[in-house]
Amino acid sequence: MGQALANSLIALGDDHLILGHRLSQWCGHAPMLEEDLSMPNMALDLLGQARNLFTYAGELEGKGRTEDDLAYLRSDRDYKNILLVERPNGDFAHTMLRQLYFAAYMQPFWQAACQSTDSTIAGFAEKAVKEIAYHIRHAGEWVIRLGDGTEESARRMADAVEALHIYTDELFTVTDDMATCIDKGHLPDPQSLRPSWQRTITQIFDEALLEIPEVAFPQEGGRDGRHTEDFGHLLSELQYMQRAYPGMAW
Amino acid sequence: MVATAKLSKLASAATTEFEQARAWAAAAAVPDPEVPCVTVADLGILRSVELVNGEAVARVSPTYSGCPAVLAIELAVEAALLEAGFAARVERVFSPAWTTDWVTQEGREKLKAYGIAPPQEQSNSKLALFGETTVNCPRCDSSQTTKISEFGSTPCKAHYQCDICAEPFDYFKCL
Repeated sequence: MGQALANSLIALGDDHLILGHRLSQWCGHAPMLEEDLSMPNMALDLLGQARNLFTYAGELEGKGRTEDDLAYLRSDRDYKNILLVERPNGDFAHTMLRQLYFAAYMQPFWQAACQSTDSTIAGFAEKAVKEIAYHIRHAGEWVIRLGDGTEESARRMADAVEALHIYTDELFTVTDDMATCIDKGHLPDPQSLRPSWQRTITQIFDEALLEIPEVAFPQEGGRDGRHTEDFGHLLSELQYMQRAYPGMAW
Repeated sequence: MVATAKLSKLASAATTEFEQARAWAAAAAVPDPEVPCVTVADLGILRSVELVNGEAVARVSPTYSGCPAVLAIELAVEAALLEAGFAARVERVFSPAWTTDWVTQEGREKLKAYGIAPPQEQSNSKLALFGETTVNCPRCDSSQTTKISEFGSTPCKAHYQCDICAEPFDYFKCL
């Protein structure tokens, strides 16, 4: 039982860790100062949420794994994040759209998780639900501004939709471990969050003059540990210090 | 005999109360590492200090999930209690989640004097989070200010500039 919840929290923690790492890669490279501040700030929120989830998962499984063991010392197949969050940053339009897709899912997720029968998870959710509100507003405003912007920005936004929409189905995957946790009321059912996600995306796409594409072949595999090639490159950078200098600390 | 027992009980209750107040005072004086003009008590993140079996247990709420100061604050509170002569332990509490509504009146005044516009009150309403808010300049009190960036030097602050005195300043965001 504890293991099912631990595994589900690790998968969720992986989503946050990997997306946080992707966002942090923008630090020093953003198109303007405000965005150079906003993306590391949001990365910090995501990393903080990942730390909470990993620490609690480590306690639940009782094998003595810490947040650092989970973040830095697993191999690629042991990471269970969805593929969407590991997609490369691409241009600014790609990054903002990826952020919107994820935040539009996490907002109703954390809202529902405030009612979790596990009080620790409910506590994390109460904190996170306020932070995610900023993320969704920030990404949503950019998607609208770029989609309904110049010819060039609209083209880039449409390219991003084409490249990333195929990864959004995986947000709603229910693993066996998650099903156990949903039954116990520990975690919300991802499937139940789909209407809310759809509503947010439709509303923002309407304003951004973007079309929601038909997806013939949704891409998934991350929840089973099957990742894209880019993920290996991301991990090599993320894990470098702990691999090269084991046990290194600040 | 009965009266003596009662008296000694009263005296020990008074001692506990006194020791508890002393522990609170020691922990409450710890400054925030990133905004040192205010203490952890001013910010409302120090929730309680209780004596449990001779140990001072401080409960601290993080401001943001990813706030890098969380660990530094917890260590500083523990150190302050140790220095005051208590065996000490710090517990991190997530629920109820910290809100800027818990920043005390004194804390708001200290922030303003330091050049940081204090958070608007009533942050829990959606209106405060997303409605149009007026942020007054901490230098000249003008209400004519412009938001430069929603994100600032720490997760809890946004950048503003005063249209009247041209002062650039931080605004402590509502949460």
